[in-house]
Amino acid sequence: MKPFRYARAEDEAAAVATLSGEPHGAFLAGGTNLVDLMKLGVVEPDVLVDVRRLTSETIEEMPDGGLRIGAAVTNSDLAADRRVRSRYPVLAEALLSGASGQLRNVATVGGNLLQRTRCVYFYDTTTPCNKRQPGSGCSAIGGYTRYHAILGASEACIATHPSDMAVALAALDATVVVLGPDGERSIPLVDFHRLPGDEPERDTVLSHGDLITAVDVPPLPFAERSRYYKVRDRASYAFALVSVAAALDIADGIVRDARIAFGGVAHKPWRATRAEASLRDAPAAEDAFLRAADEELAGAQPLPGNRFKVPLLRNTLTLVLRELAQGDTR
Amino acid sequence: MEVEITLRVDGTDHRIAIDPRTTLLDLLRERLGTYSPKKGCDLGQCGACTILLDGRRVNSCLALAVAHDGAEIVTAEGLSANGELHPMQQAFIEHDGFQCGYCTPGQVVSAVGMLQEVEAGWPSHVTADVAAEEMSLTDEEIRERMSGNLCRCGAYVNIVPAIRQAAEESGRL
Repeated sequence: MKPFRYARAEDEAAAVATLSGEPHGAFLAGGTNLVDLMKLGVVEPDVLVDVRRLTSETIEEMPDGGLRIGAAVTNSDLAADRRVRSRYPVLAEALLSGASGQLRNVATVGGNLLQRTRCVYFYDTTTPCNKRQPGSGCSAIGGYTRYHAILGASEACIATHPSDMAVALAALDATVVVLGPDGERSIPLVDFHRLPGDEPERDTVLSHGDLITAVDVPPLPFAERSRYYKVRDRASYAFALVSVAAALDIADGIVRDARIAFGGVAHKPWRATRAEASLRDAPAAEDAFLRAADEELAGAQPLPGNRFKVPLLRNTLTLVLRELAQGDTR
Repeated sequence: MEVEITLRVDGTDHRIAIDPRTTLLDLLRERLGTYSPKKGCDLGQCGACTILLDGRRVNSCLALAVAHDGAEIVTAEGLSANGELHPMQQAFIEHDGFQCGYCTPGQVVSAVGMLQEVEAGWPSHVTADVAAEEMSLTDEEIRERMSGNLCRCGAYVNIVPAIRQAAEESGRL
């Protein structure tokens, strides 16, 4: 591992100021992804500014009935929180489907959002990768694409975002609270991560020095019946091939509202707005679910190695919607 | 530049100057002679390095020691008290929950931490209803909750009953 300096700060603002003056530095929170990447030489910061004990570790009630989740709340604590489990089961399920018990005990909410893709070429420093080394080329295109994008990819990058949590947060209309050199701002989670375009090295809209301080989840009463369904190559401790976060508001057999997001298929958590629009005011029935899936997936551009993801995601979405409609949330 | 930190490891206090790159795993093994946490993958994928860090099970290979100044660490060596094996260690022996033994200290520590999580009421990926107050520690739950510990010998069929026995003995099942 390349040598680095370790720095602490008095408070969040001082941490932002410190990192803003270190162009090759990085924030350290749980470190479960960053330390891994540093060991492999994928990223080589020359200073780490430790924010784990600076940012909040609490989950607060908001006046509007939502929750404010501190950036340093661990994945374990968030998944175990009684309010999250009863109001937003999709979020608890997403967290519990990710990583291992040991990793969830350390990984933070802020770090989860900022984790890097697990594209094997991004991790392999001997191969070209536009995300790791802009302009060097994409080794995944024409290579091993089983875990790669079918939606929103570019000629520069077909990597997927690995987070499960972020997919649930995208469906729940969460916002990310960010402290930057010019003060605090809120960014809708669906706008927080980027599609690769011709700048795949930029995973998010954040600028250097920006610090995630919290994630706000607004109230969504019908999310009490929501779920996260993840399909992967082994039963546990694996990244998603495809995943679906969904909540349905059904009255008298008609879908009044829907929240749907996909994981494992794009450079960002994929909010399925076309599927949602297709479902609104439609009967909560199989043919409407299939139509919604088809409308969302009409724009899919699979590669030879991941064509299976289109029918897999279609079937998974339909399964989740059917279960939600039947009141069988498991 | 070296940084000085303090740690309590298996009940003993240490003050030690380290390179910031040092992980807790390397510090324990290379500097403090605590060899029960094993270096398997060194990338957080196998669980052989599992320790209890301030009471919670974590992968020591991914924890920078400099970020854990003042922490309390328990390794498999520190689980036993007064020369008696911890019930989880005893259960692994009685059920032959290992073959080569390399993953075993990590498995044992992870299982101890896992049972504390169950006692705290944490659900898992296979818990039928995450909002439910009650849960039962089925074999399926044990397997899911222990998925961060790999055993390349494939001793899982004996590890699960060992953990079940320790859970029953502690009244957590």
